[in-house]
Amino acid sequence: MADTHSQSVAYVRESMVPQQPAPVSETGAIKWLRTNLFSNWFYSILTLAAIYVIYLLLSILIPWIAGGVWLASDIRECRAITGDGAGGCFAVLEDRIWQLLFGFSYPSEAYWRPTLALVLLFVAAAPVLFASLPRALLIVTALYPFTAYWLLWGGTILVPTFALVGVVAGYFAYRALVDRSFALGFFGGVIVAFVVWWLAGFVTPALSDVLALQAVQSRDMGGFMLNLILGVVCVSLSLPIGIVLALGRQSRLPIIKGICVVFIEFVRGVPLITLLFVANVVLAYFLPPGTNFDLILRVIIMITMFASAYIAEVIRGGLAALPRGQFEGAESLGLDYWQSMRLIILPQALKISIPGIVNVAVGLFKDTTLVSIISMFDLVGMIRGPILASTDWNGVYWELYGFAALLFFVVCYGISQYSQWLERQLATDHR
Amino acid sequence: MTMTEEMAVDTSKMKVSDEVAIRIENMNKWYGSFHVLRDIDLTVYRGERIVICGPSGSGKSTLIRCINALEEHQKGTIEVDGTVLSSDLKQIDKIRSEVGMCFQHFNLFPHLTILENCTLAPIWVRKIPKKEAEETAMHFLRKVKIPEQADKYPGQLSGGQQQRVAIARSLCMKPRIMLFDEPTSALDPEMIKEVLDTMIELAEEGMTMLCVTHEMGFARQVANRVIFMADGQIVEQNEPEEFFKNPKSERTKQFLSQILGH
Repeated sequence: MADTHSQSVAYVRESMVPQQPAPVSETGAIKWLRTNLFSNWFYSILTLAAIYVIYLLLSILIPWIAGGVWLASDIRECRAITGDGAGGCFAVLEDRIWQLLFGFSYPSEAYWRPTLALVLLFVAAAPVLFASLPRALLIVTALYPFTAYWLLWGGTILVPTFALVGVVAGYFAYRALVDRSFALGFFGGVIVAFVVWWLAGFVTPALSDVLALQAVQSRDMGGFMLNLILGVVCVSLSLPIGIVLALGRQSRLPIIKGICVVFIEFVRGVPLITLLFVANVVLAYFLPPGTNFDLILRVIIMITMFASAYIAEVIRGGLAALPRGQFEGAESLGLDYWQSMRLIILPQALKISIPGIVNVAVGLFKDTTLVSIISMFDLVGMIRGPILASTDWNGVYWELYGFAALLFFVVCYGISQYSQWLERQLATDHR
Repeated sequence: MTMTEEMAVDTSKMKVSDEVAIRIENMNKWYGSFHVLRDIDLTVYRGERIVICGPSGSGKSTLIRCINALEEHQKGTIEVDGTVLSSDLKQIDKIRSEVGMCFQHFNLFPHLTILENCTLAPIWVRKIPKKEAEETAMHFLRKVKIPEQADKYPGQLSGGQQQRVAIARSLCMKPRIMLFDEPTSALDPEMIKEVLDTMIELAEEGMTMLCVTHEMGFARQVANRVIFMADGQIVEQNEPEEFFKNPKSERTKQFLSQILGH
């Protein structure tokens, strides 16, 4: 190639150019406005239209809140005060707040108990949610279910204590037997726990006054408290069950795989409301007559089954997304199945599954309002039933449902924010 | 393929003993109806450095993956360190903990730091106290020359560094045999050398090694035996000098001319 301009092609850079700051016109608020709101005439029109819509909404919302009535004994008094103004009738919230939060038959002198249980929930959840806290706090978490049961339902402290003793005894039996085989340890532990509970069944009725709180029946639970109980219990139960189902579905043993597939496909294929009706009505036919199987417990079982089937599929997606090399890497180091699952596979699969799991958890929490259909008085049940049906407050829809929406939004948005924070914490791959 | 420049290899400690490390007899493997490995007979003595080469699809990776039971074989026997591979999970886990393995794509655990990657198996499989495991890990990380990366995550390291961590991770289990499955195939030329240097160092210390690789420079200088595979069979094996100078079979000549031709 003799005819290339060799004298102009040859080139050697003598000094490297250092990094320089961007020009001023590329930074700052003006630049942001220009690129994001007014980059061309079409976007400018859209921006102005959006501002007008926001103005319209606020012009309704602000007088509704600012001109709202907070003190009135019924809806007629409310209307009299606002006249034909646009103010909302928030007096209903002031009047019925305890019913909205705790239902209408939870003893009012015991309201401190669910409140304390809620505060303790945050303490108990903290070491699970935040890995930087000392691991010793997990003892609080382990004790929480028993404490919360005692606080909410009352009765003698012996019932949750024996429940705890059963679990601990079962655990020690498991530890003693697991070296011989996992199945022996597992079933041995379960049997020991049941024996303890069975024996405790003879003791507790005789000693029902020991450190007893006023007992509250399940049918007296209601309001937002009921939603929180169902949501917290079902989410925390369905996650481990979902993991087991997801692993079971990948099992090489056809029986285990079959059971998991049938369970997941069946439960996913049935509407939750059907399962709740089954819990409410049909289940009673299958139980021996005279057995008193708590309604909340039945509902918890159904919602947990429902959610765990969904979570299992979400986690299966996470497992499928892991490269095969991760399984092989774990295997080649001599880790056994449970070790490689617990240390290598699940931490990564769960991390991938976080958005899906949160999706299911948020959806499940909101679905707890469906129990209002089987005549349990949760937050929505309280609004639909006792409050809106009363002559005092018949017609106050926006204020009540707005309040319900606000409570649910706060919780769900909190879960969502936490999950995004967690994802950022766990991002170690820097892809 | 990449020809690495002449490397100074200290052969003083490379000694092949007459103790058998791996004995494979009449081993066959099928994927479904596809016959991947056919009548493999191979005996590896302690201290041997064997390079396995061959065209893609010849079964060389499958062969070494069978040795630590990442793949199941259907016929014949594999005996590692005197233990015959069976479907007994306990025995498989025992063999895997004695046999180190490095993969083409490293297979480091991205959610754990480099140090945790190296201490995980010693702590959980060997039940070694955490402190001791960390000391061992740091020793091997120094050996592969990246102790300063111990607290980083795999995603922050270059490919060559990741592969060296993978080697260190295997070494932390104090294996008696090391398997390498195309350890440099996913690396940039600049990084291949640092990984090969690490492998050479390992060979100099007398480690029994089986490497599937196309690094013919490495084979020439480090291997005491080169195995050529094609169509699931061992076609030719010889000392590296003879293998490269006077390949016997047509298939080998063809392969070598392609791989060394340009």
